[in-house]
Amino acid sequence: MTSTLQKETVAVAAGNSRSARASAATPMDRLDELEAQSIFIFREAFARLKKLALLWSLGKDSNVMIWLARKAFFGRVPFPAMHVDTGKKFPEMYAFRDRYAAEWGLDLLIEPCPPIDSVDPTLPPATRSAARKTEGLKQALAKHRFDGLITGIRRDEEPTRAKERVFSPRGAEGAWDVRDQPPEFWNHFNASPPPGAHLRVHPILHWTESDIWAYTRREGIPIIPLYLSRNGQRYRSLGDADITFPVASNAASIDEIIAELETTKTPERSGRAMDHESEDAFERLRTAGYL
Amino acid sequence: MTAAFPDQIAVSAAITPRPLVRIVIVGHVDHGKSTLIGRLLHETGSLPDGKLDALKAVSARRGMPFEWSFLLDALQTERDQGITIDTSQIRFRTPSRDFVLIDAPGHTEFLRNMITGAAQADAAVLIVDAMEGVREQTRRHGYLLYLLGVRQVAVVINKMDRVGFDAGRFAALKAEIAGYLSGLGLTPAAVIPISARQGDGIARRTEAIGWHDGPTVLEALDRFSPARSASDLPLRLPVQAVYKFDDRRIIAGRIESGRIAVGDDVTVMPGAKRAVVKSIEAWPAPDPDAAPKTAQAGQSIGVTLDRELFLERGSVVAPAAASASAGRTIRARVFWLHAMPLAVGTQLTARIGTAEARGEVTAIDNAVDPGRLVSEHAAVIAQNRVGEIEIALARPLAADRHADNPHTGRIVLERDGRIVGGGLVQSVGDAGQPPATITDLAARAAALVPQLAALPAAERIAHLRREVAGRLVFTTSFGIEDQAITHMIVSQDLDIELVTLDTGRLFPEIYALWEQTEHHFGRRIRAVYPRHDALEALVAAQGINGFYGSREARLSCCEVRKVEPLGRALAGAAAWITGVRGDQSANRATMALLTFEPDSLLLKLNPLLDWSREDAVAFTARHGVPVNPLHDKGFLSIGCAPCTRALRPGEDERAGRWWWEDQSKKECGLHRT
Repeated sequence: MTSTLQKETVAVAAGNSRSARASAATPMDRLDELEAQSIFIFREAFARLKKLALLWSLGKDSNVMIWLARKAFFGRVPFPAMHVDTGKKFPEMYAFRDRYAAEWGLDLLIEPCPPIDSVDPTLPPATRSAARKTEGLKQALAKHRFDGLITGIRRDEEPTRAKERVFSPRGAEGAWDVRDQPPEFWNHFNASPPPGAHLRVHPILHWTESDIWAYTRREGIPIIPLYLSRNGQRYRSLGDADITFPVASNAASIDEIIAELETTKTPERSGRAMDHESEDAFERLRTAGYL
Repeated sequence: MTAAFPDQIAVSAAITPRPLVRIVIVGHVDHGKSTLIGRLLHETGSLPDGKLDALKAVSARRGMPFEWSFLLDALQTERDQGITIDTSQIRFRTPSRDFVLIDAPGHTEFLRNMITGAAQADAAVLIVDAMEGVREQTRRHGYLLYLLGVRQVAVVINKMDRVGFDAGRFAALKAEIAGYLSGLGLTPAAVIPISARQGDGIARRTEAIGWHDGPTVLEALDRFSPARSASDLPLRLPVQAVYKFDDRRIIAGRIESGRIAVGDDVTVMPGAKRAVVKSIEAWPAPDPDAAPKTAQAGQSIGVTLDRELFLERGSVVAPAAASASAGRTIRARVFWLHAMPLAVGTQLTARIGTAEARGEVTAIDNAVDPGRLVSEHAAVIAQNRVGEIEIALARPLAADRHADNPHTGRIVLERDGRIVGGGLVQSVGDAGQPPATITDLAARAAALVPQLAALPAAERIAHLRREVAGRLVFTTSFGIEDQAITHMIVSQDLDIELVTLDTGRLFPEIYALWEQTEHHFGRRIRAVYPRHDALEALVAAQGINGFYGSREARLSCCEVRKVEPLGRALAGAAAWITGVRGDQSANRATMALLTFEPDSLLLKLNPLLDWSREDAVAFTARHGVPVNPLHDKGFLSIGCAPCTRALRPGEDERAGRWWWEDQSKKECGLHRT
């Protein structure tokens, strides 16, 4: 079993991270700055909120997040990693989850999503399918009463995510009030959700897709091989197997992905069906509590 | 697609990442911020495939000509109303660097969002409409750039096509805006004539602006640099937390300025405790000989010290030779975003670095509306205005003057858990002296206790009223003790506010008694209610009777229905009067007649502390004061209906409150014991 998994996940040789070579003599580079800011955010969330969970979607971004959390807390992730499972992920994703939850010593919570019948039927089909995750998330929040949910969204993914705060208040139903976001500046965050509400915490909001790959390479963070090109196609973003599609690409290594991103003009989420069904589909998902 | 030079590109991306510069575009509404951003992305080939067509479709769907603002105004409500509500960010690149462009809303009502965006910027582009000229938000945004610490600014005079590319008009506007910014201490790096719609002055110096001898917008942007690291200033390491995950005691935080090295002598502020840096911790754990020995400004680190000093979140590690100031009086130039004006006496939470303290505004000077450039000579700072404040803190905070250290010389103001203002620290008061109000209050409480103890209950209340200036609040829940106190206040005609907290779950008998009490005394009792949003959230989360589920759930319910409303009832008050008696329960026996509550800066008087229940019964009977009929049915201490039951013979007086919980700690959080 282990040997199969070894083949299915890709771990790049590690050892070049700043912590291992840190010194005041070398100026910080861009990845060092991104990392330092994310660690700062993780530590603020842990200091100021009572009950945190990290949402682990198993994708490249949330794996970087877990790595950053381990750096922030010196190897230990001091809150649960929660996988809200639609039951429709790619097999490689489940294999990755089970292997690294154990290897990284994560306190793994797996929470199910309700059947599609319980989701708003006025949503377009793929959006409606994706909205199951919102429902699963709401149920998990009600069950565990987390006051802080750490998620791996980034501004450069999608225009409504670009308007997010680092600490983003959500109402009782997980709803995002985009018309009344509190001010946030100088790394001071609003960390007092009213009872029953929670905060979304976004430690990699300021990263780009290229940053994620460059950091994954530098730190030797394992990835799911679906990101790498096979037969001229690869996945740039991973979601449910039935509503996520690969893009044309010959990038078969992380280096080649980074090179590809230097020139590509295809948006990262072009393979995510729910983003493209209608002008407001993704905003409707997000204001209702989607990530 | 990358077949040409994949190796070369990959290597350059890996080894020499290009500098990243964050630029905020600010200015008056409709002066062309969005169009400029769209044009910059278009000219640099930075738009993803299909984006232009998507924007055309979005514009057409709304019956509008092509509209660049839809690129960043992603929210439906922004598109439908044609306004930018919240700040957004988008990336683009030039041959020499990567940029994050930050869009900031131009409407005054969304100034908090402009600040959120601009505070992240290394540099700013201030846009001015050539026809309309310098307007209210032009000036306000310029002023805020200064207060936010953004010092690199370029000005673009947009819509030059609408004034026939008139060099004279440009020169006049240039002189006006440059003069204004210079007055703030901001020298514009360039003033550029452009037409964002047509492309003049963006990437090219077109013929129409052939008379302009300065840079284009892209050239000006390429001259901006990333915010400089503050490694050359003295060390400031604000502590985020102390971790004891294993046998190490790791002090975690981000270095705001300076450098730290193993072996350094450091001082921990406030308190000026000394220690030596023993190690810099890292994960993944490096080989012992490769362990980091130094770290610099910007890094998030963890260190251990050679001794176990008391230190906590909010402490600041500084060099022994150049420590930070710490004090309880801070002067700052601030902007204010709350709808309720900032006034002397306003209570706030002040945040500096990772530290926070409750405080009270003790002085306001030089309030200005930066949009209109008129001094207000006002005693308050209204919403979206700026001014200088002095704030007295409940405990000392470590801080620097902004002039000495831009990273640690910033203060953030918070009210009701939400950020409502911020600014630059001008001075940090004497570390030895707490602010007059707080010393006074603590000393006053101590001095008054023996005087009050010698008086009968009614005179205690009158004495406090004579001795303490400001608003006094009595909170009643219509218990027999409360009814006695109401009688004492009304019969002596004392200027004390009568307040009750209507949790929404009270016994019907309470509402009847409430009405009867108002009638009896001829006084209205002010009702304070839970916040509707918090209550809706609570009930959604735990169900209508979810408080039976756990002590935690019950405390959340008490918090929403009683404790938070109490905070509002007491906001700004000098003293609080309650009907607590010492013999009600074991933990109430240790309360004092008069206490000073440092967190809320309140004096708290419990005038019946030494009464027995029989004293209260006798007093109300003697004066014909109406009392709750439930008392005769075995309900002595009465709270919310679902959480109060009648007593059985021989039970402790508060045994009927939250009867299913531990007997000794039954408080809702109103009274700290």
